[in-house]
Amino acid sequence: MTYTDDLQNRVDQIKKGGQEKYHRKNEEKGKLFVRRRLELLFDEDMDIEDALFANNMDDGLPSDGVVTGIGRVNGQDVCIMANDSTVKAGSWGKRTVEKIIRIQETAAKLEIPMLYLVDSAGARITDQVEMFPGRRGAGRIFHNQIKLAGRVPQVCLLFGPSAAGGAYIPAFCDIVVMVDGNASMYLGSPRMAEKVIGEKVSLEEMGGANMHCSVSGVGDVLVQSEEEAITYTRSYLTYFPANFRNKPGVTDPVDVQAFEKSITDLIPENQNAPFNMYDFINRIIDEDSFCEVKKKFAPELITGLARINGKSVGIIANQPRVKGGVLFPDSADKSAKFIQLCDAFNIPLLFLMDIPGFMIGTKVEQAGIIRHGAKMLAAMSEATVPKISVVVRKAYGAGLYAMAGPAFEPDACLALPTAQIAVMGPEAAVNAVYANKIAELPEEERPAFIKEKQEEYKDNIDIYRLASEMVIDAIVEPNDLRNELTKRYKIYEAKNATFTDRKHGVYPV
Amino acid sequence: MTEIKASMAGSVWKLTVGTGEKVEPDQDIVILESMKMEIPIATETGGTVKELKVTEGDFVNEADVIAIIE
Repeated sequence: MTYTDDLQNRVDQIKKGGQEKYHRKNEEKGKLFVRRRLELLFDEDMDIEDALFANNMDDGLPSDGVVTGIGRVNGQDVCIMANDSTVKAGSWGKRTVEKIIRIQETAAKLEIPMLYLVDSAGARITDQVEMFPGRRGAGRIFHNQIKLAGRVPQVCLLFGPSAAGGAYIPAFCDIVVMVDGNASMYLGSPRMAEKVIGEKVSLEEMGGANMHCSVSGVGDVLVQSEEEAITYTRSYLTYFPANFRNKPGVTDPVDVQAFEKSITDLIPENQNAPFNMYDFINRIIDEDSFCEVKKKFAPELITGLARINGKSVGIIANQPRVKGGVLFPDSADKSAKFIQLCDAFNIPLLFLMDIPGFMIGTKVEQAGIIRHGAKMLAAMSEATVPKISVVVRKAYGAGLYAMAGPAFEPDACLALPTAQIAVMGPEAAVNAVYANKIAELPEEERPAFIKEKQEEYKDNIDIYRLASEMVIDAIVEPNDLRNELTKRYKIYEAKNATFTDRKHGVYPV
Repeated sequence: MTEIKASMAGSVWKLTVGTGEKVEPDQDIVILESMKMEIPIATETGGTVKELKVTEGDFVNEADVIAIIE
């Protein structure tokens, strides 16, 4: 055998991954082989692979269970690490960890996106001294992720388990895409939970994809297959630049989808009646350009990327159809991360307001709604990208503040003619101010008195009055909103702002 | 059997279906009033309304069962 044949044989053998039985087991679960996943992810073949021969002296550990390298996604070079679950269940040995650390260092040097294709049982306990505690132990992976956060996009595609310490890889990514049925995250397995704390629980219930994407909010996007996860990721990355120094790419402008009902037809006159905010969003963005983040988590607030006239924009919109569009601890939390994500990568923000305020009551106070709300306000306030808020209908109380109200330096606060801005709605305000007076009146006189006071109150918060006081910058014809936004974003592109001079804020987390 | 639960605390403003009625997925079952807003509570699955656990004017807490669909 020649030297080259020998080399080729070894490469071929390593690229096969683990034993055949583990390939079959994965197939049964609808899981693709790691190298197939990468073929689907990249435009063409992966360009560079490093440390293919890692741990090649040990027969059973090809590439030490992880593939690392660089390939192109939508023409952009990206770094990847991808666990091979046919090799010791994708567990981490010394070289696995070193490979992950090195590819992260490469992403930092080149300032290009870092993608994590995770399918791993966690640390190899037998290798713990080499891979766990030291300077280049697994802790360094997370340290690097934290350093990369906001410098380059970091995406986690979760195809299988992400267990114990490994569960922090998804946690430090900008976004986590989870495959329903196969993906899971947990610090302690159900078996461990039963042994240590006596809890009997299923994996799905404790750490499954559906739970994380709808209850805990650790997952962002729930998909039904690995192919769907990859398609979503490729589409998601089109909204982003390679790093924080650049602006997102611009695509050819696409017209808005044609609808029978216009925006004006859509919005009910009664401020308290719900309507579907998705219908509103679809009438101002390029057709089919909405890429939603955290759809199933805290759906009273919609967060997603879209394009207006070919340019990326991050949308934060109250959804009156769910929980009245009221802000809760989870929705405040959801928006804080989304705002930071967009601001980090120079994606302009659009706030669409139809909000009765923050939720009140014992339950939310005990859940810390004040500090979660503060977190949202802080993220929104600090965002220096072009920032436009639109008062679609009501904007009551701290809801106005959280949704980039005039005091928080939006480049513009626009209102539709249906807008209503106030500390609280007319019903609540009249009750608050005239409670004693109403109680004193004979019962038959009360409705007329309440109605009169509500009308007075409505005059006081009339949107034209607020425009006269220059609280808002413009009143926009609803069906012209898309044009107005297109013009304004184009002009605000020149904005070059820093928030303030300091090391960093003290976050109300 | 599917339990339809209140998405948030509030009072029952309107029942939009009756017991024994057939319902489609995403159809509103009741409308709550909370934070001065109308809060529609829909069923995710279709079926027949087996039981309505609330009447108009009742206070419900988040996650209280409102109706059972079979």
